[in-house]
Amino acid sequence: MADHPLLELRGVSKRFGAVQALSKVDFETRAGEVMALVGDNGAGKSTLIKGIAGIYPFDEGEIYFDGNKVTIHGPRDAAALGIEVVYQDLALADNLDVVANMFLGREKKKSFWRLDEASMEKECVATLDSLSVTTLRSVRLPVASLSGGQRQAIAVAKAVMRNSRLVILDEPTAALGVAQTRQVLDLVRRLADKGLGVILISHNLHDIFEVADRITVLRLGQKVAQFVASETTQQEVVHAITAGTLSHVPGMVVEE
Amino acid sequence: MSVKESTQKSALLASQARITPAEYIQNYIKRVSSGDLGSIPIILGLLLIAVIFQWQNENFLTARNFVNLIVQMAGITTIAYGVVFVLLLGEIDLSIGYVSAVAAVTMTLLLREPSGWPWYAAMGLALLAVAGIGLFQGLIVTRFQVPSFVVTLAGLLAWNGVVLIMIGGAGTVIIQDKVIIGIANYFLPAVWGWIIAVAAVGGFAVVQVRHVLNRQRHNLPVTPMVIVIAQIVGLAVLSGIVVYVANQDRGVPFVGVILLVFLAGLSFLATRTPFGRYVYAVGGNKEAARRAGIPVERIRVIVFMISSVMAGFGGIILASRLRSVDTAAGGGNLLLNSIAAAVIGGTSLFGGSGRVSSAVLGALVIASVENGMGLLGLSSGVKFVVTGLVLLIAVLVDALSRQSRSQSGLA
Repeated sequence: MADHPLLELRGVSKRFGAVQALSKVDFETRAGEVMALVGDNGAGKSTLIKGIAGIYPFDEGEIYFDGNKVTIHGPRDAAALGIEVVYQDLALADNLDVVANMFLGREKKKSFWRLDEASMEKECVATLDSLSVTTLRSVRLPVASLSGGQRQAIAVAKAVMRNSRLVILDEPTAALGVAQTRQVLDLVRRLADKGLGVILISHNLHDIFEVADRITVLRLGQKVAQFVASETTQQEVVHAITAGTLSHVPGMVVEE
Repeated sequence: MSVKESTQKSALLASQARITPAEYIQNYIKRVSSGDLGSIPIILGLLLIAVIFQWQNENFLTARNFVNLIVQMAGITTIAYGVVFVLLLGEIDLSIGYVSAVAAVTMTLLLREPSGWPWYAAMGLALLAVAGIGLFQGLIVTRFQVPSFVVTLAGLLAWNGVVLIMIGGAGTVIIQDKVIIGIANYFLPAVWGWIIAVAAVGGFAVVQVRHVLNRQRHNLPVTPMVIVIAQIVGLAVLSGIVVYVANQDRGVPFVGVILLVFLAGLSFLATRTPFGRYVYAVGGNKEAARRAGIPVERIRVIVFMISSVMAGFGGIILASRLRSVDTAAGGGNLLLNSIAAAVIGGTSLFGGSGRVSSAVLGALVIASVENGMGLLGLSSGVKFVVTGLVLLIAVLVDALSRQSRSQSGLA
């Protein structure tokens, strides 16, 4: 494991009008680790993720990627760094098959403006294999015919295939059954084992304790705790989520 | 090769190893019985139509009527090709009827004195004009986020007016140009019919076999060669029958060849190119397409242009068949028949599913019904009722098969 974090945020803040969504948050995640991001509704998880993904810039604070200071002005910048977000609502086209979805928007082409289906299918299979997604009957089935877990796996694999280095998963198990949740959690673990950085947002502490290495807790826009998963308990995390000590009163100007 | 190693280790590929012909047929039967009927209902429907009309009137299944049928369906089919693309997006284009007339009238007026343009220039400018119409309507739909239903409804009214203004007091304008008249009235000599059939089957065979060989080279699962050969032989027999029957009468209509060329070109565009892939993606999940970086609005505008240009070609074919244009051009049930053709052929009104070939099958059904009832001397009232029923049945078959598919988890 590298001595510097893959992604490090120092003192990032974000304000929407009168609402201080994030104030002076420090956050880091390492390559090869699953960092869980938890917090109650409105704690600032989504704001933090969207800032990293370049949906909107942070008002202040610094971002370091691979030890280098970077600026992320848009989703393109984030993608160029190798940051991929798997959104809750999946963003798959149901009527297209697995291969078409995996390569949507970045199709491989041959001469005469033709799609290079064979090499796309091969790379798709290779990627799914590397993630040990083996429950698919065929990569030529429309995504609509897949189970929720399989669809989530495709969405994750799509992010992985883009040579990503940091994958952000927004509630990947929210709509899944027990067996499918299992599949997706296994997949999350494998991503980290492959050496990618993984940020996992979830409300389900049980899931988090199964796969996460470390846990960052946000409350009212501030980071109130950071735990090593193996050295803490669910109760401790719940306590931090609901009653973690705030370093300053929300909305007040912070004096350094 | 490292690539080869990775595919050989592949657990996923191992689970979908080589398919034998028997398994292929089993899979097909399983798909059909779970409700994925494909073109089966429409082919059964066509057989039923043929049997009923032949039973009522022995002139239905004659070489003469068969050739007539191809010429009669040509205009609707061409317009329906464009409709398929619009429906794939989940949009609608109600202006196509009168847009087809705008193209036909523009061309006809340019051919006539005092302008007296050569046929290619007149046709070119007419198609350019309707491409402009498509661009205009598409830009309004995308820039102002207005439903295409409303924009093209306005188009339906406005372009009808433009056609009336352009024709003016003349009422009917005759087409004199031999080439333009030939589009729908020229029949190929017997030999040329055969040459084109051989070329078409040969082209299909080359494409299919190369596809299989390419996948084999990449170690991907392939359709068994026996099935591919059976498909090629099937097409060869079918085109043999078509050409033989047509040659008993006047020969293969030239417009039939045009339909084939459009079918091949547009199918290629829809299934083999990134553009076609994007059209399906936008129709399936617009938000996913946008997040994938697809220029959604540009795709939509281009599709409205395709729709208008295909309508323009259709209008020219219809004008060629009548050897004139008049104030009724583009009116009547042309618009609804064209949309119905795409839907009867199996293209979904909700976007994301359908094929270019559905335009041909659907138009064949509509033209057969009209043609058959014409032979029986039935009134146009009866024709409308029956065509309406056919459309309703097609939509019901589609809805039922979709239900059955979702029950078996294939939706």
